[in-house]
Amino acid sequence: MDPAIVDRTFGPVGPYVVSAAKAAEFATATQWRGAAIAPTFPILLLNDAMLAFLADVGASLERIVHGEQRFAYRRPLAIGDELSATLRVASLRSLGGAEVIGTVSTITDARGEVVCEARATLVHTGAEGGAA
Amino acid sequence: MSAPLGTDAADLAPQRFTVTRADLVRYAGASGDFNPIHWSDRVAGAVGLPGVIAHGMLTLGLVGSAVAAWTGDAEVVELGAKFTAPVVVPDDDTGVVVEVAATKVTRDIGSDGMATMTIAMEVRCGATKVLGMPKAVVRG
Repeated sequence: MDPAIVDRTFGPVGPYVVSAAKAAEFATATQWRGAAIAPTFPILLLNDAMLAFLADVGASLERIVHGEQRFAYRRPLAIGDELSATLRVASLRSLGGAEVIGTVSTITDARGEVVCEARATLVHTGAEGGAA
Repeated sequence: MSAPLGTDAADLAPQRFTVTRADLVRYAGASGDFNPIHWSDRVAGAVGLPGVIAHGMLTLGLVGSAVAAWTGDAEVVELGAKFTAPVVVPDDDTGVVVEVAATKVTRDIGSDGMATMTIAMEVRCGATKVLGMPKAVVRG
């Protein structure tokens, strides 16, 4: 992968409107019984941002393993939020034949204010699958 | 169940979540992640996996659910983990159990002056640790 991708941004994807129905569906799927929206809910947007990035650099999904995911919230999500996500490639390093891509996605609301910062490590490998 | 926010890790009972193939299908639909390694034995085997595996983000979602149960639904400020080992889900009616146990609770004052509680965890499927450094930070 070209080292020049570091610091490039992909997206924004969205706007994605958070509906009560989708939040409830996601809550059921993650056995979430809290009153708030589940904290991993933004993966819906992050998947789209990641796919935009992979398509742009010509990497196939089958060769990508999700190595790490962390969310840091400025405020809780709310029904009706119009969310957009921009993915930035923060780092790129080689590790035993694989490429380890560090990404930081910023999720903003309709006013452009940051709701959440999501950091993901994507491992690009030709060999075996992993714990996606 | 919920625990008062003054508690330490020993007071937080491990949370157990059963995951079946049906749960993987449900999560695929809810999340939009239709990678076939999460529903097709054929594809999972072809890429060298021991079988169909759970989405890492489903396991992290279960961690979030454990945190909500422990903290009485406290506001989550941070949540994350490394996906270090696959959760293999057999094609039967039993599924597997993912167990989320709190290992350390620390209290702090966040950069905005608000009190926070950090919960470090261990997440296992059977004897296997499946997440690396799972951690949550909540308000309170």
